[in-house]
Amino acid sequence: MSNAPVTCEALIIGAGPAGLFAAFQLGMAGVSSHLVDVLPHAGGQCAELYPQKPIYDIPAHPRITGAELTDRLLEQTRPFSPLFHFNERATSLRKLDNGRFGVEMDSGLAFEAAVVVIAAGGGAIQPKKPPLRGIEDYEGTSIFYAVKDKAAFAGEHIVVAGGGDSALDWAMELAPEAKSLTLLHRREQFRAAPASVRRMRQMVEAGRMDFRLGQLRQLIGENGQLRAVRAANGRESFEIPATRLLLFFGLTNKMGPLAQWGMEMQGGLIIVNTADFETSIPGIFAIGDACVYPGKLKLILSGFHEAALMAQKACRRVHPDEHHTFVHSTSSRLAHKPS
Amino acid sequence: MIKITFIGPDGKKHETEAQEGMTLMEVALKNMVPGIEADCGGACACATCHVYVDADWVAKKPQLTQRSETEEDMLDFAFDVRDNSRLSCQIKVTDDMDGLIVHVPEQQG
Repeated sequence: MSNAPVTCEALIIGAGPAGLFAAFQLGMAGVSSHLVDVLPHAGGQCAELYPQKPIYDIPAHPRITGAELTDRLLEQTRPFSPLFHFNERATSLRKLDNGRFGVEMDSGLAFEAAVVVIAAGGGAIQPKKPPLRGIEDYEGTSIFYAVKDKAAFAGEHIVVAGGGDSALDWAMELAPEAKSLTLLHRREQFRAAPASVRRMRQMVEAGRMDFRLGQLRQLIGENGQLRAVRAANGRESFEIPATRLLLFFGLTNKMGPLAQWGMEMQGGLIIVNTADFETSIPGIFAIGDACVYPGKLKLILSGFHEAALMAQKACRRVHPDEHHTFVHSTSSRLAHKPS
Repeated sequence: MIKITFIGPDGKKHETEAQEGMTLMEVALKNMVPGIEADCGGACACATCHVYVDADWVAKKPQLTQRSETEEDMLDFAFDVRDNSRLSCQIKVTDDMDGLIVHVPEQQG
């Protein structure tokens, strides 16, 4: 039993730079948008993977960080009031009898859209999983990539693996309630904030948590219940009791179910034509890093260009009976609406 | 032409030809070497282009294992990091690398 779908003109999958600018260009062309993203915020890869790293190839911005670029793109879309749905992962798409598209999220949220714009980059961003045999058996019961409920860690033997802020912050946060807590990291240096590293070392000295140098090698347990992990540091191998394992190895992206929606693909990317960025399924467009065509460059600015051409075609699909004329932003009243 | 060989975790060899100035990651992508994902496109921001420099080459050209601080930080996101681990986007191909062999790990992420 699914809920009544949200009806919309354009459904944009992915709220990274390409998706955000698509909302702007569609707005200019008189099409309203809903955006979905698997992340809890807009900006996609450049907000999640490198928010503080400067980008040097955005026209007219000699230097801008991923976070700043995201903020400005959001500001730019504001006159068109796109609606955002975060923490949503698109799973299935089907063509409806009325010619529109039914798109479902893994949460059960469903959309009925006149056009679908895939701006999903390399796919949904998700935690990196170490290549440990049987890891799937423990995920959600003993192995976690984030802490949603602290209570699930109280009174447990916890191992936290990683060397960044998330790893250290959670190690120190969970240690007081844990039966034992071991931070496992491959080297003495940490990427985490120096103040956190000092505090962690003080806690280790005070015996309130452990720190071991090493990398994970093996999971030990049965029926989804982890008992211990085996780790190694060079030739030395050792076991640590672990009924909960928290992994912080950063993020990666996977195209996932999108690749099975029936569009023609090449090397995991969606084939489009370069006149209007429509895929092999009329009404479904792909822009940004998700699409491929001869000469494709994975640049943010290419995603912007693709968004503009896509919007010219998409507006004709959404409003086939209207007369469409291209309007420059300098003369468009729409783009000037005070935000 | 500079010959570079990528050896997969299954032992399969992928022989490629590189030009000076390319990064090893670019060489791998251009030749569709399996196992080099390069999510971030070469920004040293993802650790999905991890390789191991072949032991003979480590002996021949020890600077091949010199990692920058940023690269060292990013390697925290890789798995089974060894002394000869590198991010292939951080290795610029030079003339004296003709014949270089690198190994691709079992999994990038």
